[in-house]
Amino acid sequence: MAKPYSVLMGKAVRYIARLRGGGSALPGLFVETIDRGFVADALADLPYGVVLISGTNGKTTTTKMVVELLESQGLTVFTNRTGSNFSRGVAAALLGEVSARGKLKADIAVLELDEAHAVHFVDRIPPRYSLLLNVMRDQLDRFGEIDTTAKMLQHIAQATTDTIVVNREDPRLTAVAQTLTGTVRYFGLDDKLLALFPNDDELHGNTKEKTQRPAADVLLQSVGDKATFEIDGKSVSTPLQLQGIYNIFNAAAAIALTRAILGDKLDQPSLIAQLANITPAFGRGEKVMIDGQPCELVLVKNPSGFRLSLRSFDPGGYATMIAINDNYADGRDMSWLWDVDFDSLKTHGVSEVSGIRAYDMALRLQYDDVAVTHVNTDLSRALDNFLKSNQDKPKRIYCTYTAMLALRRELAKRTEVEVVS
Amino acid sequence: MSSTRQLTIVQLYSRDMNIYGDHGNVLVLKRRAEWHGYSVKVIEYNPGDSFPESVDIIIGGGGQDSGQDKIQADLLKIGPKLHELAEKGTPILVICGLYQLFGKYFKTQDGHIIEGINLLDIRTTAGPERLIGNIVVESDQFGEIIGYENHSGQTFLGAKVKPLGNVIRGAGNNGGDDWEGARYKNIIGSYLHGSLLPKNPHIADWLIEQAAINKFGNFEPQVIDDRFANLAREHAAKRPR
Repeated sequence: MAKPYSVLMGKAVRYIARLRGGGSALPGLFVETIDRGFVADALADLPYGVVLISGTNGKTTTTKMVVELLESQGLTVFTNRTGSNFSRGVAAALLGEVSARGKLKADIAVLELDEAHAVHFVDRIPPRYSLLLNVMRDQLDRFGEIDTTAKMLQHIAQATTDTIVVNREDPRLTAVAQTLTGTVRYFGLDDKLLALFPNDDELHGNTKEKTQRPAADVLLQSVGDKATFEIDGKSVSTPLQLQGIYNIFNAAAAIALTRAILGDKLDQPSLIAQLANITPAFGRGEKVMIDGQPCELVLVKNPSGFRLSLRSFDPGGYATMIAINDNYADGRDMSWLWDVDFDSLKTHGVSEVSGIRAYDMALRLQYDDVAVTHVNTDLSRALDNFLKSNQDKPKRIYCTYTAMLALRRELAKRTEVEVVS
Repeated sequence: MSSTRQLTIVQLYSRDMNIYGDHGNVLVLKRRAEWHGYSVKVIEYNPGDSFPESVDIIIGGGGQDSGQDKIQADLLKIGPKLHELAEKGTPILVICGLYQLFGKYFKTQDGHIIEGINLLDIRTTAGPERLIGNIVVESDQFGEIIGYENHSGQTFLGAKVKPLGNVIRGAGNNGGDDWEGARYKNIIGSYLHGSLLPKNPHIADWLIEQAAINKFGNFEPQVIDDRFANLAREHAAKRPR
C-alpha cells in the first residue's frame, strides 16, 4: 500500500496537470521524486503480483492482449495503458487508480517497460512473471548494441520470482533462458512459419541452420482466415480481429503468459473467445474510417519492425503513405531505413511520402525502384493530398512515433479518432 | 556497351560487421554502378571464406564488440592481401568498426590492445562517452559531407594519412582536433553512418570511378537523378545534433 501523503500530493499534481492539459508523465515524475518507494508500495500486495513485458518489438499490442485475456478470466488488471513505458509512466498511471489511502484495487499489474527502464525497475520491484518477446536492432543511437539489450533482458529474467515466458525462435533469448534457474516456458512457431519471421541475425544475412529448439507451451501453427494455435499439445482454431502475422505470433506469447499465471484455474474457452475479440493497440494496425474507406496506421520504429510490417500487410488494393520523423523519440539517425527492404512496395508504388525526413525516405525508395507519387515534408498537407488522391481506396500509413501522434491529431480534425498525447 | 564491363564489390564481414545502414552503402554502390552502365557482382566475405580472386571495390562497416572479436583473427589473416590491393589503388570504403581495425590498434577501456591491420596510420582509444549525432564535414576532395556519427572510439591520425575532412558540426574522429575520417591511396575511412553513400553520392561515384579506371582505363559517367539526395542533404543539414 502506498503512503497516503504521497498519494494525496501526487493526485493534486495530477489534477493540476490535467487542468493545464499537460503530459501524462509529469505527476509520475513528481510522486517518484517525493516518495521513491511509491510504485513499489502501491504494487506490493497484489494477489497475482507484477507481470513485466519487454522486448524490442510488439510490447504494446502484446500487453493489451495479456490484459484483455486476464480480464476474460475475471481478474481486475492494472496496466500502464497510456504507453508511457517507463517508471514515471507507471507511477502516473498508478496515481489515477489508487484510492486516497494508497490501495490499488487490482488482482495483478501488467506493465510494458522499455528494456533500459525495466532493468532499474526490477531491482526495486521484482516481477512475479516476465515475458521476453524478442531482441532486435532498435534505434542504436538510444540503446547502443543489441547484445547490451540482450543483457538487459537477462537481468529482468533473473529478477523474476516465478515464471519467465520466452520466445524460443529468438536465439539470443534462448541463450538467456539457458542461464536461468527459475521456471521457463516457451512460445514458438511451427517450422513451416519460420521463414516468415526472420530473427535479427537472419535479417542481417546470417542464415545458420536452426538448432534444436525447446518444446513450446503454445505454438502458432497456421494463419489465414483463422489462426491455429497448439496449446499444451492440442490444436485450437479461432478467427481474429488482429491483423498482421507478427501480431498473431504475439498472441501466442500472450496465451502462454496467461496460462503461466492462471495455471489450473484457466478457463480456456473464455480465453479463446476473448482472443477473437481483441483489436490492435493504438497505432499498431488500428483502423479509422475516412470517406467510407478504412485508413490503417502502422507504427514503424526500427528496421526489423518495419520489415516485419511490410511482410505482414499486402499492399495490393491499398494506397500507401510513409511518414518518417527524426525527433528523439523516433531516433535521429536515418541509417535504419537502409536496413529495410522495400521490394514489396515496387508493384503498387507509394502514393505519398512525408515527415521531417521525407526526402531520406524518398531517396531510400529510389534505390529499391519504388515509384513515389508525391513528397511533402508537411504532414498536414501530405495527408490532405493522400486522402484526396485516393478517395475510393483503402489506405495504409506507415509512420514513426511522433509522425503517428501528429497524423492522429490531423485525422481527428477529419473524422472520429481517439487522440492520445 | 558490352556486358563484360563487370565490377566486383566485396563486402567485408557482412555477417558480423554490418550494424546500422551499412547495407545502404553496398546498395548505393551497386545501383549507381549499374546506372553508370556496369554489371555488378557483390561478394559477401565472411571469416573463413577464401578471399575472392578479382576485386574492384572493397567496403566494410561497423559492428558490435562481439562482432569485432569474431572477425579480428580473420582480418589479420587477410591483412597482407588487403595491403596489396590498397597499394595497387583499389578503392576501399571502411566505416566505424572496420575503419578502426584498418588502423594500428584499438585500445579498449581496460587498456587491452586489439591489433589492427595497420593499413591506415591511425590509432583508436575507447573514449569515456559515445559521440552521437548529426554531423557535417567539409572535405577538399568531396565538398560538404553529411552523415550521422555514433561511436565511442576516439581516433587519432598519424603522419601517413590525411583527414577525410574538417568537422563543421559534430565530433568527428575524436571530438578534439576537428578532423573526421582518414584518406590514404584510394582508401576512405570514416565514422559517418546515415548511411554515408546515399546522401553523398559524389563519394559513391568517386569509388566507382577509381574501380572503372583501374579495370577498364576509363570512366564514362551517366547522368543520375539526384534530386532526392540533394533535398535529403538540405534537410539533414538543418537538423539538430
